[in-house]
Amino acid sequence: MSNAVLDNRPSVPEEVPTFTATLIIRRYDPEVDDEPRWEDFDVVMQGTDRVLDALHKIKWEQDASLSFRRSCAHGVCGSDAMRINGRNRLACKTLLKDLDLSKPIYVEAIKGLPLEKDLIVNMDPFFESFKEVQPFLMASSKPEKERLQSPVERARFDDTTKCILCAACTSSCPVFWTDGQYFGPAAIVNAHRFIFDSRDEGAEVRLDILNDKEGVWRCRTTFNCTEACPRGIQVTQAIAEVKAAVLRGKP
Amino acid sequence: MGEDAEGTSSIVDGVHYHQFDIVIVGAGGAGMRAAIEAGPHARTAVISKLYPTRSHTGAAQGGMAAALANVEEDNWEWHTYDTVKGGDYLVDQDAAEILAKEAIDAVIDLENMGLPFNRTPDGKIDQRRFGGHTREHGKSPVRRACYAADRTGHMILQTLFQNCVRLGINFFNEFYVLDMVMTEVDGVEKPSGVVAYELATGELHVFQAKAIIFATGGFGKIFKTTSNAHTLTGDGVGIIWRKGLPLEDMEFFQFHPTGLAGLGILLSEAARGEGAILRNSTGERFMERYTPTLKDLAPRDIVARSMATEIREGRGAGPNKDYLYLDITHLEPAVIDEKLPDITEFARTYLGVEPYTEPVPVLPTAHYAMGGIPTNNNAEVLRNNTETVPGLYAAGECACVSVHGSNRLGTNSLLDINVFGKRAGNNAVEYVKTAEWVPLPENPASGVQKILDMVRSGTGTENIAAIRKELQDSMDRNAQIFRTDESLGEVTKLIETLRARYHNIALRDKGKRFNTDLLEAVELGFLLDLAEVLVYSARSRKESRGGHMREDYPERDDKNFLVHTMAYLTGDPESAEAGEHIRLDWKPVVITNYPPMERKY
Ligand SMILES: Cc1cc2nc3c(=O)[nH]c(=O)nc-3n(C[C@H](O)[C@H](O)[C@H](O)COP(=O)(O)OP(=O)(O)OC[C@H]3O[C@@H](n4cnc5c(N)ncnc54)[C@H](O)[C@@H]3O)c2cc1C
Ligand code: SF4
Ligand code: FES
Repeated sequence: MSNAVLDNRPSVPEEVPTFTATLIIRRYDPEVDDEPRWEDFDVVMQGTDRVLDALHKIKWEQDASLSFRRSCAHGVCGSDAMRINGRNRLACKTLLKDLDLSKPIYVEAIKGLPLEKDLIVNMDPFFESFKEVQPFLMASSKPEKERLQSPVERARFDDTTKCILCAACTSSCPVFWTDGQYFGPAAIVNAHRFIFDSRDEGAEVRLDILNDKEGVWRCRTTFNCTEACPRGIQVTQAIAEVKAAVLRGKP
Repeated sequence: MGEDAEGTSSIVDGVHYHQFDIVIVGAGGAGMRAAIEAGPHARTAVISKLYPTRSHTGAAQGGMAAALANVEEDNWEWHTYDTVKGGDYLVDQDAAEILAKEAIDAVIDLENMGLPFNRTPDGKIDQRRFGGHTREHGKSPVRRACYAADRTGHMILQTLFQNCVRLGINFFNEFYVLDMVMTEVDGVEKPSGVVAYELATGELHVFQAKAIIFATGGFGKIFKTTSNAHTLTGDGVGIIWRKGLPLEDMEFFQFHPTGLAGLGILLSEAARGEGAILRNSTGERFMERYTPTLKDLAPRDIVARSMATEIREGRGAGPNKDYLYLDITHLEPAVIDEKLPDITEFARTYLGVEPYTEPVPVLPTAHYAMGGIPTNNNAEVLRNNTETVPGLYAAGECACVSVHGSNRLGTNSLLDINVFGKRAGNNAVEYVKTAEWVPLPENPASGVQKILDMVRSGTGTENIAAIRKELQDSMDRNAQIFRTDESLGEVTKLIETLRARYHNIALRDKGKRFNTDLLEAVELGFLLDLAEVLVYSARSRKESRGGHMREDYPERDDKNFLVHTMAYLTGDPESAEAGEHIRLDWKPVVITNYPPMERKY
């Protein structure tokens, strides 16, 4: 048995040091406020705490009316996309220590979708665009067992299978902010996932839908979406590939 | 009545009424798998407190078991055996056989629906090793888990949702079901509907249905350290409990060996399936001592206990000697990137550890409820040991069939939700073809109104989060991997006082819209109820079996305890002592081909 592992033991925090973080949160209660307002909170946090932990601490200890969505708390369910210091991120995947704590942290709801309360927006328009691209496998064959797909064919669309529908990309897109009809990057990512799946036969239908005036051509390649995606999906590239497929057909 | 997608709806006294043939509560893997069967054949609604793709099925990582034999010899009988032995013989063996047999179609169904499984060089679904899954009844590990990198649950959830979109299933998202209403018909209590609270508006909705399927997932949030989502508060199981219907085997909760130390975020057993090794402070591969044949791939109860023993005996790592290492540094980075991309990213993001070169600090984390709402093999809910509740179904983690017995094998839950989700959907469709409508009682929403009034009118001083934290801390300390009568007694007493304090809480948010403060208060009520049943059942099971380890009764005792626990709420639910409102009964285990034997790996 090797002991090599002992030479590179990680340094896990011993006595975890605490620090104070100031969050400035854009609050909005539709039953009380005419306009959103900014409110400050100071919270004492620890080494590896995330923005979500700070929000919980505020909710659980200071102001239980603070409203936000969350579920998994480790970046896989897509509930808690929000604007943190002006950038779209998942609160559960943003460690406080990675932010500049000498300044307050600004937290607000994602933009471009109707604001409901505090950090919560109405997600229905987002899911409607998703549905429009027909995001499901279309295949006529009825095989006895699994359909075969080579590892290379499987790898072709791997990147876009990772999407958790968090809307960080779509709600960071300047085109989407000004034109809510635009399908937005997330819907195109999910179309890509099927267009480039060797088992799928529906590419033409989807490419036709995306050739629409609210489709891929609205994209201005600003790369905000790629920067925002918490799953590291190459969103802009996926859109470019779909554009190419609209022009030249499914490769 | 107006048209509500396919159902009908109306508003009376501010309460919305809807009518569907089948109502499914929960839009995780089990709920959506049921919906795919039910939707095309009956007017179906799926009610979920989360948008479907937020459900915790999406967090599942490692794989879904099926003896496809794509990469090496395998068959469903070996899978059945492993499931029975893995569950320490508390598994109902006829159910395990169904699970293992129908696994093959369940995986093929998902592939046909579009699930992007990893592939073998010849294009078939690839398979990997997982704990407790073996060839020839325990000889050596077998590659049985079908997977998509370490995102298998994500792919299952997305694929099922995509197919629900294709079928135009009606979803009621961010609707919290808080009660089930039952009506007596010809001397038999039958479910007539469920009552839901709409998060966006604070309004109540009554859904009348001929058949109701519960698929509300687990309740890991009764513990502090857990791989479960914040939303897994066991509401569905709690609703059934409050109806006086039994809960089965609640004492069996699985602690997964490899949660990120201090956080509980899961690192899939797939890591060990791909070759990862658990090490103690001296670097020793300690599982070789406990389970020489399967080593790191022994079932989870055994690995978690071995880890706890290492720490107790002073061989834990780190400055406080209180965690162990999961070592994958000997794997090629390319293999890690292809097969374990997400979990390695979790280690980097949340602990700042680089798994290519450093071992990752891990500790057991509360993971999976083996117990829950008892059902038969048709997913019909039991009202006692033998009779079912007509029109009521349960599937997925909230249910107890029981295919997992006292310890679930990894990859058998994603399988369970697909096999029994499908069965629930199909059987509900058959049932509603001939079933009559059960009339709703007067004021069907009154039960929920009562709960809401209780939490809303609270003018007390108690803080919801503080009560929840005390419960979770105590459950981790007293009802986790090692239990004794004394430790269980301690948490029992605490729950008594917490329940009293719960009646004295104060809500800060008095509004109607998106009132998550209110819902956290309601969820806490379910957590307290379920923790109490778990602990009460655990105290009465004076033996050690699978996930339930009693240090004061360290041996398995087949003479007295080869039975399922059935717990019932009786008498005054508000009475202080658990014994005054919980009654226990026992249900025989179904044994077909595998007489109980000593469990060695
Ligand atoms: C991190 C992690 C990794 C895992 N990995 C694996 C694995 O590799 N292989 C494996 O086999 N198993 C794995 N498991 C276990 C498995 O993922 C779960 O047991 C399974 O997905 C549960 O599915 P479900 O459909 O029963 O519940 P969930 O997916 O949790 O869905 C529950 C649903 O119920 C809804 N709901 C709950 N309460 C209410 C209410 N009051 N009103 C309305 N709706 C409600 C929720 O909105 C949600 O839609 C893992 C579990 C975890 C936590
Ligand atoms: S592409 Fe990325 S940012 Fe956009 S919805 Fe999917 S996961 Fe979120
Ligand atoms: S809470 Fe699930 S992604 Fe952040």
